[in-house]
Amino acid sequence: MRKSWWHKVTITDIIVWAIGIAIAVVVVYGSIMTLASGKYTLANWIDLAIRGLAQGAVYALIAMGYTLVYGVLKMINFAHSEVFTGGVFTAVFLAQWLATIGIVNSNPFLYWILCGILAMIISTGIAILLERVAYRPLRGAPRLVPLITAIGASFFLQYTYRGFYGSGIQAYPMPELFQQSIEFNNFKIYVSQLVVIISGFLMMLVLFSIVQYTRIGKAMRAVSEDKEVSALMGIDVDRVIVFTFALGGASAGVAGILYVMLFPIVNFFMGFIPGLKAFTAAVLGGIGSVPGAFLGGTLLGLLESIGPTLFLDGMGIPAPYQLKDAIAFAILVFILIFRPTGIMGEKLTQAKA
Amino acid sequence: MAKKLFVVLSVLIVVSMALAACAPTKKAFECTDPIGCVTYGPQDPIHLAAALVIAGPNETLGLDSLYGVEIAVADKGGKLLDHDIKITSEDTGCSAETGQAAGTKLAADTTIVGVIGTSCSSEARVAVPLFSKAGFSVVSPSNTAPDLTEAGNANNYPGYLRTAHNDEIQGAAAAKFAVEKLGVKKAATIHDGSLYADKLQQVFAEEFKKLGGEITAQEAVAPDQTDMGPVLTRIASGAPELIYFPIFLPAGAFVIQQAKQTSGLESTYLMGADGLFSPDVAEGAGDAVEGFFVSSPFLEGADYDAFKEKYKTKVGKEPISIFHAHAYDAANMIMACIEKVATKEDDGTVHVGRQALRDCLYATKDFKGLTGVLTCTATGDCANPTIAVYQYKAGEYPPTKFWP
Repeated sequence: MRKSWWHKVTITDIIVWAIGIAIAVVVVYGSIMTLASGKYTLANWIDLAIRGLAQGAVYALIAMGYTLVYGVLKMINFAHSEVFTGGVFTAVFLAQWLATIGIVNSNPFLYWILCGILAMIISTGIAILLERVAYRPLRGAPRLVPLITAIGASFFLQYTYRGFYGSGIQAYPMPELFQQSIEFNNFKIYVSQLVVIISGFLMMLVLFSIVQYTRIGKAMRAVSEDKEVSALMGIDVDRVIVFTFALGGASAGVAGILYVMLFPIVNFFMGFIPGLKAFTAAVLGGIGSVPGAFLGGTLLGLLESIGPTLFLDGMGIPAPYQLKDAIAFAILVFILIFRPTGIMGEKLTQAKA
Repeated sequence: MAKKLFVVLSVLIVVSMALAACAPTKKAFECTDPIGCVTYGPQDPIHLAAALVIAGPNETLGLDSLYGVEIAVADKGGKLLDHDIKITSEDTGCSAETGQAAGTKLAADTTIVGVIGTSCSSEARVAVPLFSKAGFSVVSPSNTAPDLTEAGNANNYPGYLRTAHNDEIQGAAAAKFAVEKLGVKKAATIHDGSLYADKLQQVFAEEFKKLGGEITAQEAVAPDQTDMGPVLTRIASGAPELIYFPIFLPAGAFVIQQAKQTSGLESTYLMGADGLFSPDVAEGAGDAVEGFFVSSPFLEGADYDAFKEKYKTKVGKEPISIFHAHAYDAANMIMACIEKVATKEDDGTVHVGRQALRDCLYATKDFKGLTGVLTCTATGDCANPTIAVYQYKAGEYPPTKFWP
């Protein structure tokens, strides 16, 4: 090795590192300034963090759908945001009916569970149908083809919901219990947030166990490694893929119900932004990795919630929340500069990439 | 036989020569209008266009106006100067892109004489210049951005008028209400980056400061944002007594809901503008809507009640937005002026001078409409609004009038 290390550094490397360092400097400087100003109390920060965690749990569950399908098929299912919308938008009618017979307040947990089950069924159904109609016929096609189909399917589903349910907004009735807060020393947490965080976490554990410890999970991982060889080993590849879509659909259904616990309004277009964010979360965590989706979702939720105040407020920038997405994506760029495969992402070997 | 034919022919020739001599007193119509005339043959319908948002998330805004226009036409019996009235409707989508597409399409149709539109100020920016260049007269029922009718402003195009109130009137009324009625000293504002919301909150903030108040924060959210908590937490750190957010749905409903859950904002007054005057607000925000204020033009009177009855028969429900009456007035203003300036020939052919129509509209004076007695300024502001403040009660729509 005669050449010293800096001979290998290209201009691109320098620019990329400079961007990375600039982001880091802004983050550190902004945070110090904000904390030094003492404008926000600890209770404010905890409040923001709880909101971020709750939002992050929802992102993580939607991200599961992207990451599972990518893991198995190496394809981005861009219609997943509509799988999310389908379940929760359908369940709103059940919810409104349950409100008329009084279950909402008398038994709030039963109410959410019933809505959750319906949302899961519908989302799972849509996901399976989507796979059968839009993706399976194109399985051998070049990689760009299913991507375009996904976008087409996404529009198709969106406007189908619009046709069925109208373009107005519908609201989930909110049980009184879920509007109450539990007071701690100097901060409070709403029951709805607590339920979202806990059930989001439990759902992630369930999904992780399915992938890691069951036979079908093992089959999924095998198909992800190599489809042809798995088929030779006697794995029914089609069944595994359908199962993957179903699992993603079910988690999207649950994500939908958790989402409306936080933001109880639905419309036909609601899936777009959460879907985009969840996809980002999946990439951030390392697409294809189940714990990565969880980590990415939580991190993105926290960044969006705390980031603008923490990084920008101290520098005297007005209306920092307008820059919420800019901050989240700047951090995404920052992480991808240093870990191109995402936080938990495996190295893409030649065979997989 | 041949002799007889000759006599008949010569009589005909003499008669026709005599007629020809008379002709100068009945000469053909000649267009002297500086930007041209539209001519409708005896069988042609008089052609108006509606450039409103009639599809997508904001469709209630434009559909409501379209119903207003259709009722205005129906009130005329569908006839103007004994011609049918034809309304061509294009969706403007409440965005610059769709506005451009609709504008280009309509501007290419030279039989159009007047346009009722556009719905959103952002569409007006791109569609109105196209209409103006095509020689149309445009009356908007719901554009509220001040610069569209500001003298000397590049966005004030010839031939553009509106029956909607200028944001300056509404923003100032809101500030006055906050200070004089509620006795508020500190306020914060939220906008969503749209022309409408940004201008309104700016006007509000300026007027509020002029009246001796203090603005603690001027925040912004995205129109499709759902988590308002962080923004509200930040606003709460300034301890305002009122938050003014003249934005749209669903973001507005999320602000209402989540403000109630933010420490420090539990009892802060919340106030929006006419963009949040919709049944979907009460529906979307649930119980949190209790006490929420909105400013909106105040409509009342026997004429309006009669109109509302027609609306209900036509649509089957209460007005779905607030600019139906403005659209009704806009359509009527255009139709009244067409009647005034048109030249009608004996065979029924109608000629309308484009500039003459514009001049007539700008000269509108004491026009009795549903939204008040309208008199247009030289730059095209015709509205004569009484801005009232309404207050929502949980589970009820419409909200009740609170002030003045």
